[in-house]
Amino acid sequence: MNKRFQITINGKKVQAFEGQTVFQVAKKHGIEIPAFCYHSDLEIKSNCCICIVKIKGIKDLQTSCSTKVKPGMEIMTDTPRIRRARRINLELIFAQHFEECNDCVWEARCQLLKLAKKQRLKTNRFIDRKKDFLVYRFGNSLIFDSSKCIDCYNCVEMCEKQGVGFLEMKNRGVHTKILPTKDKNKDCIYCGQCIVHCPAGAFEGVGEFEEIEKPFQQKDKLVVVQFAPSIRTSIGEEFDISLGTLITEKLAAGIKKLGVEKVFDVSVGADFTTVEEAEEFTKRLKGKGRLPMFTSCCPAWVKFVEFYFPEFIPNLTTVRSPHIILGGLIKTFWAKKQGIDPKKIIVVSIMPCVAKKHEIARKELKINGLLPVDYVLTTRELASLLKKRKIDLKKLVPQKLDTPLGFPSGAGVIYGATGGVMESALRTVVEKITNKPLKRLEFEQVRGMDGVKRAKIKIKNHILKIAVINGIGQAKRILKELKSDSPAYDYIEVMACPGGCVGGGGQPVPVDSEIRASRAKGLYKVDQRKNIRSAHQNPVVQKVYKEFLNEKEKIHLVCHTKYSQNKKQGVKILPPGQH
Amino acid sequence: MSPQNVIEKIKDSGLTGRGGAEFPTGLKWGMVKRVSAKKKYIICNGSEGEPGTFKDGFILHNYPEELIKGIEIALKTIDHSSAYIYLRKDYYQKFKASLEKIIKVNNLSIKIFKKQAGYLCGEETTLIQTLEGKDPIPQARPPYPPEKGLWGYPTLVNNVETFYYIAQIIQNKYKKTRFYSLNKVKNPDVYELSERLSVKQILKKTDNWPNFDFFVQAGGGASGRILLLKELNQKVGGVGTIFVYNLRKTNPNFLMKKWIDFFFKENCGKCVPCREGVYRVRQILNQRQIDKRTLRDLLFVLDQTSFCPFGKNVALPFTTLIKKVIQPK
Repeated sequence: MNKRFQITINGKKVQAFEGQTVFQVAKKHGIEIPAFCYHSDLEIKSNCCICIVKIKGIKDLQTSCSTKVKPGMEIMTDTPRIRRARRINLELIFAQHFEECNDCVWEARCQLLKLAKKQRLKTNRFIDRKKDFLVYRFGNSLIFDSSKCIDCYNCVEMCEKQGVGFLEMKNRGVHTKILPTKDKNKDCIYCGQCIVHCPAGAFEGVGEFEEIEKPFQQKDKLVVVQFAPSIRTSIGEEFDISLGTLITEKLAAGIKKLGVEKVFDVSVGADFTTVEEAEEFTKRLKGKGRLPMFTSCCPAWVKFVEFYFPEFIPNLTTVRSPHIILGGLIKTFWAKKQGIDPKKIIVVSIMPCVAKKHEIARKELKINGLLPVDYVLTTRELASLLKKRKIDLKKLVPQKLDTPLGFPSGAGVIYGATGGVMESALRTVVEKITNKPLKRLEFEQVRGMDGVKRAKIKIKNHILKIAVINGIGQAKRILKELKSDSPAYDYIEVMACPGGCVGGGGQPVPVDSEIRASRAKGLYKVDQRKNIRSAHQNPVVQKVYKEFLNEKEKIHLVCHTKYSQNKKQGVKILPPGQH
Repeated sequence: MSPQNVIEKIKDSGLTGRGGAEFPTGLKWGMVKRVSAKKKYIICNGSEGEPGTFKDGFILHNYPEELIKGIEIALKTIDHSSAYIYLRKDYYQKFKASLEKIIKVNNLSIKIFKKQAGYLCGEETTLIQTLEGKDPIPQARPPYPPEKGLWGYPTLVNNVETFYYIAQIIQNKYKKTRFYSLNKVKNPDVYELSERLSVKQILKKTDNWPNFDFFVQAGGGASGRILLLKELNQKVGGVGTIFVYNLRKTNPNFLMKKWIDFFFKENCGKCVPCREGVYRVRQILNQRQIDKRTLRDLLFVLDQTSFCPFGKNVALPFTTLIKKVIQPK
């Protein structure tokens, strides 16, 4: 434990620990200091100079994010001098940030606006210097509107941390610009971590929020919606529902209020993914196929392998991601049962992810000429649509899910957290191999927020070596490890976003480790309460395999896919203001 | 002489850093010495970027042996150390060969490094960044270089002039002098004179006292402060540079534009007050009607909230010029 001592903030004596910053101590004691470039996931940069405080004995104001506490330190966080400096710096920031507040991932929670209101800043004496800055589109997934950028470099750092380095800082001084790299050997993987780490809303998903109505305006089509596992504990944040609260039934009720009759739970799709993946893995263990097997439900990770490490493509499981399988089942099995022409069905997935916008367009996913999923809306986009239609999830009466394709197992729900896919697979794999029910279903070794989680699991006489990679920044290291020692692992889960899908690029902002952990905790609670907690025991899964997925060809068509080496997908440059 | 005695002797001499910050040199050496580490670095800072300042160049030209001797003392005092001489581009071209000759003769572990960017490289954390091949962007202090500097090892960064005087001190030749760069005077040159002299005494002693009404910029050609005639009993400070300006003939707006163009060109773009502030100050100065209130506000945040000394130093010449020359009470 670090040394503990007292400091004074705004006249109040508080406890602090050696090594903490003034910002951290203030926050811990409920004293809010505004800050834009500070993010607990990232290094301290002190670029925005908004979190300034006055420390007794030091002439100039100091950035609280970078100032370490010292015993007896006397700090003021809100004096006329601080307010004046903050106001001027805020004006300077606004003068480089071209506002478009009605189309922004931050919406009402914008820190810039909040401070502007507090400072009663109405007009700006400076002319926007970036209003003619360009807009960049990365694939089908991401938009970077550089006219909104406040040059804090959080995105550049996060992109680097993700092991991608697609965003670069160019030039110097006032000419500094953040740009997508021209390096042919680097490409965006669409994880969207730039979106959730940008304090200024310069990044967003493609179509966010101009095209959120589009999926629901299809005349003479049946629009169905399926929502991802992680949404149920995250979308509430957009409606001031406390962190990590499970609101599956309110969510379903909200979607129905949009005029959608059929609402499906992607966690059911996850159960199919698990069963298929377990099947494939046991085959690979028997020597049919390359080990270690990699999970493939994270499309950013798939793109990462396809572009940066194509030599590992054979390691990716060929099993489709949960919403693609469920979309496929909706347009085949369910459509047939309902007597609906699959061409008339529009499947909309609500995802915590912008890479899913890229995934759904992959041509190899087509079933009888149809893509399984037609639209992806992010958690944020659905929230925005609900708000636009004045549907407040907080006030809605929960409606029992009627889930046309049944309910998920507990395993299907924990897919939304890092380690969840691995745990789900293990529950099925172990029982499959041993032919005995597991005494304990929890695999604690793969849970939690560590960057790399390794475990050895004994099954009969075999020791299964597994790894879970939480945040794709760690992936390169493990892949390099595999190059020199390929039998190091049997099975590896990779989620590109820290925390897994709960921390996805399509999730509400702000996000930090605490928020990710709360969202994940909510999912594990669902699992704990379920009677059926393993995918292969889900009666829906058993029924569909019996009635529909009873031939190899059908299974292949609906549940499997293929991958290929990717060339760099160009960045599209759009005129200012155009998304 | 034992390392401890060397440091004591430097402390006793009262020598302070000649790169502008005037930090007590002996104290800095003691800090680097005290930290235990496998490797340590010594950097001689010859990036001399302050306009009108050429005393480091003068020493490199006239006293290279003394300079190397100063670095050699550091190498011997600080264990496991090797050294770099960091030179601005023209100095690198001019003095590399002669310095290397001396280094070779004395068999010393000193490498000469060419400055990679502009003015900011004079700031020690930026200098270290560029030595490591990174972008020239200042870093947060603490940790200070004596604790964690080049490649994470304890690092002693001293100015060319400081090393020159180290050699003088150890050879008992130090007479508490320093080098002054004089500009816009009758006899512009570098002068070595007592460090206790006032601006007035320097101008008189060097036969540079103007025969017209004037004001002075002291400490540096960009970041130095403005002094009026009645204030010339102050010491020069900073890097020891003096500019003399004719009070009647100098257009203060022109002077401000000159400074801001320099800061505009040299700023790194890291922090808001400096990147945006300098840009806006320049915009204001280029308008026909100068918005004084906004100018004051911008200088205030530059001084109070900039990340590194560069931004803080921008404000000083402007505020003193405005207060004393443009709007005297």
